[in-house]
Amino acid sequence: MISAILVFNNHGKPRLVRFYQRLAEEVQQQIIRETFHLVLKRDDHICNFLECGSLFGGPDYKLIYRHYATLYFVFCVDSSESELGILDLIQVFVETLDKCFENVCELDLIFHMDKVHYILQEVVIGGMVLETNMNEIVAQAEAQSKLEKTEGGLSAAPSRAVSAVKNINLPEIPRNINIGDINIKVPNLSQFV
Amino acid sequence: NEEGCKSKEAEIKRINKELANIRSKFKGDKALDGYSKKKYVCKLLFIFLLGHDIDFGHMEAVNLLSSNRYTEKQIGYLFISVLVNSNSELIRLINNAIKNDLASRNPTFMGLALHCIANVGSREMAEAFAGEIPKILVAGDTMDSVKQSAALCLLRLYRTSPDLVPMGDWTSRVVHLLNDQHLGVVTAATSLITTLAQKNPEEFKTSVSLAVSRLSRIVTSASTDLQDYTYYFVPAPWLSVKLLRLLQCYPPPEDPAVRGRLTECLETILNKAQEPPKSKKVQHSNAKNAVLFEAISLIIHHDSEPNLLVRACNQLGQFLQHRETNLRYLALESMCTLASSEFSHEAVKTHIETVINALKTERDVSVRQRAVDLLYAMCDRSNAQQIVAEMLNYLETADYSIREEIVLKVAILAEKYAVDYTWYVDTILNLIRIAGDYVSEEVWYRVIQIVINRDDVQGYAAKTVFEALQAPACHENLVKVGGYILGEFGNLIAGDPRSSPLIQFNLLHSKFHLCSVPTRALLLSTYIKFVNLFPEIKTTIQDVLRSDSQLKNADVELQQRAVEYLRLSTIASTDILATVLEEMPPFPERESSILAKLKKKKGPGTVTDLEEIKKERSSDMNGSAEPASVNASAVVSLKTVLISVVDEVWKFVCKNNGVLFENQLLQIGLKSEFRQNLGRMFIFYGNKTSTQFLNFTPTVICSDDFLNYILCLNLQTKPVDPTVDGGAQVQQVVNIECVSDFMEAPILNIQFRYGGTFQNLSVKLPITLNKFFQPTEMSSQDFFQRWKQLSNPKQEVQNIFKAKHPMDAEITKAKIIGFGSALLEEVDPNPANFVGAGIIHTKTTQIGCLLRLEPNLQAQMYRLTLRTSKEAVSQRLCELLSEQF
Repeated sequence: MISAILVFNNHGKPRLVRFYQRLAEEVQQQIIRETFHLVLKRDDHICNFLECGSLFGGPDYKLIYRHYATLYFVFCVDSSESELGILDLIQVFVETLDKCFENVCELDLIFHMDKVHYILQEVVIGGMVLETNMNEIVAQAEAQSKLEKTEGGLSAAPSRAVSAVKNINLPEIPRNINIGDINIKVPNLSQFV
Repeated sequence: NEEGCKSKEAEIKRINKELANIRSKFKGDKALDGYSKKKYVCKLLFIFLLGHDIDFGHMEAVNLLSSNRYTEKQIGYLFISVLVNSNSELIRLINNAIKNDLASRNPTFMGLALHCIANVGSREMAEAFAGEIPKILVAGDTMDSVKQSAALCLLRLYRTSPDLVPMGDWTSRVVHLLNDQHLGVVTAATSLITTLAQKNPEEFKTSVSLAVSRLSRIVTSASTDLQDYTYYFVPAPWLSVKLLRLLQCYPPPEDPAVRGRLTECLETILNKAQEPPKSKKVQHSNAKNAVLFEAISLIIHHDSEPNLLVRACNQLGQFLQHRETNLRYLALESMCTLASSEFSHEAVKTHIETVINALKTERDVSVRQRAVDLLYAMCDRSNAQQIVAEMLNYLETADYSIREEIVLKVAILAEKYAVDYTWYVDTILNLIRIAGDYVSEEVWYRVIQIVINRDDVQGYAAKTVFEALQAPACHENLVKVGGYILGEFGNLIAGDPRSSPLIQFNLLHSKFHLCSVPTRALLLSTYIKFVNLFPEIKTTIQDVLRSDSQLKNADVELQQRAVEYLRLSTIASTDILATVLEEMPPFPERESSILAKLKKKKGPGTVTDLEEIKKERSSDMNGSAEPASVNASAVVSLKTVLISVVDEVWKFVCKNNGVLFENQLLQIGLKSEFRQNLGRMFIFYGNKTSTQFLNFTPTVICSDDFLNYILCLNLQTKPVDPTVDGGAQVQQVVNIECVSDFMEAPILNIQFRYGGTFQNLSVKLPITLNKFFQPTEMSSQDFFQRWKQLSNPKQEVQNIFKAKHPMDAEITKAKIIGFGSALLEEVDPNPANFVGAGIIHTKTTQIGCLLRLEPNLQAQMYRLTLRTSKEAVSQRLCELLSEQF
């Protein structure tokens, strides 16, 4: 089972946080901080798995993460998950984001926080993997966008909601998430089921 | 946004302003339209993400749930599942909205509702929906995407509240989802079945053959067959992994056809690993290897096909040298489990050089940690010296985070495979030298126990610690071990003029001032032992004890030791000194407390194998050697018992016979009798199964507070036959002597092997202070006279408590008599009250006890008052008796 999905930038600012296990807010914040410290000090080309001690209350948990330019995607999982499988799942998630936002960057995660959550919800619910077929996930996300648009007067709502968040003003503009050597523009991209 | 803010304070200020703004909007007179609500809820989510508490907005979010607009509903559900709230009124409203959406037959709304249930997964939701979801899951007209969500939703509810998810007709239909056309549905169903099958294997047995055939179809398919479900040229890797996991819930299939088909699948997967890659992308190899590692796990789990096991081992051997760090990590991890299989242990050992090399060259601490684990798992008599040497070597530069664990592992291996105990002593002293700070009490207690129990190594140990102490700066743990060992065995090297008594003493005393209080206390005990061992330096030692820095030490413990030891050395005859300060007797043989410590660190299960091998050795020694100049009886520190202890002592406070413990395997019955300060307890162990228990070892363990214990309760047991046949019962006698009043009940720890598994359980033995009661009859006048004599507030303990059982006078009387005191009739002026009197007999003293119990039927309460001459006794008796009514 996946206990938590954490996305934060190179400075440790959380960009997407999802816990699937009920924890007090201060415990959640502590987990975010400690996880950040654990992964930050690691080089880019070493192992993508690490033990997180008693962070989640037992030795059975591992952190599985990938680092994309300015963002860390960290999944905290128990031993019932396949490490390599989760690693691929992170890739699937990021590639999906990239498709839905056309070249996803850190800003998208902030300004379209709701949408990012909805996409994640098509991949993982309640800590369990729902769908790994990227075409399916993208199709679901597109269907949602369509629904939003058809809801007449509300068509402008998402962008207005975004500008509402923008109004809280955000001076530091994060760079694009660079997916690096992973070429995500392959046509007929295959899915991981 | 906070990033615009210079400081944390500025950020908080900004956020608070924003929160106040939103709050006023929500509270304002003007009703907000859907869009504004959505906007503000979105802002709240963002603020929450930044780590700020959000304590409002829930109601607005709940209102959004009942909107007909998809976008409003969606954000409402999102808020609810991110900011879960346990307010019951809210939960009722949320559940209502979910119920409507589930009934809406609109797949999009149903999806949102199901996601919300899965994400929150609370007990209240399980109560409301656990009956409904299986119906949605197996209904013929449910859309695939809804089925997927429903399966995982049910899984989540089963995880949080298994008792609320009823098995039923739907289970067989769920198994058949393994045949579904939609691979997404199959994947979700496989996750669900895997979890359900772990608890109800019988119910889901038919899933094995279905899973095998599904797997077989995937594995043998051409990469184009599955279209969308092929990921970087690997057919349905995620589903394959899930199916292989499901199969790990079961033993190898019995049906030869199914078994043959599965073996074929596993061979195909192993074969594919040798084929050239179809793509250079890392995703391709990841997906392929995810399946491969899972197949290897299944092979290891079945542990039945030597041919497959050896192939698995060779495959992992290749990965050990792979350029991908992730693969090296996983290979080390899998090999660790492989090392415990008898078929592959030898094959794993052939990789020792590679693993040692990994320890030296890997850049990543996670990988080095796995290498340490594997070395530990592959260690046996043939390679122990090499492995211990390499681990010690590594310890010099090891990461701080894993040092303690390595120390424990080295200590365990050195003990377990020591043929020559001088090697063991050297190894432990090296450990202290290299990583003294990480050497826990358990480790240095243990070396002392072993030295005390083995005559052949005592002289060597004394000589070695003496030499080690010559170093100008040595670790305090070395001073402890050195002080203890020289205090016991310093005489063995005193013949050599280079280590004469005075030199030994001066050497230890030169470290004294640098040490902490507990170590100094230990050294003082060593000094008094020297007085006995070496009468020639008695005056030197007395001078030290007499000095102001000792006699007037600000630390009470040190001062007391100095005063007492000085006095002892002055007044006691040599005979008495020799008796009081004689050499420690051998420690009883017990499970190593170091092993227990490692288990605690790594979680149970991870060291079981080793544990089992350990049980087979006869030369095990035991638990805790709290260094003290007192002879220890058969006691072990509670530190050895890390599993939870079954505590049913209260049931036996007023009776002596009955069933103490029972589970599917074992029943433990008790019969006991007590007279004055002595008692005898018969423990009956009944094997309820038809299989033999092996290595059956019950051990009586006393409390954590070791010193306190041996002074209070003396227990003697005889070992029982280590084999208990199916259906048989064996008996064990415990002889009990109460030396002085005691608080904690001792613990009975039982370990045995049943089938392939190691069983370990602990139960409190109902040996309580009141067992040593002798009833005393007395007149009303005598009673109240004594009652008044015990009027010091410290002698009285009172407890007012609610009745847990019906308040029946006859039962109460029987309980007071069962408790051991006399029941005095017509003493209390109020006939509804009960009074009792008795004497607690201990070897050292007798303690008179009076008790009075006043029931209040109306309030269903009791007031219990105990008066005895000793506060602790009043306290304990009051505790024990209060539990009974």
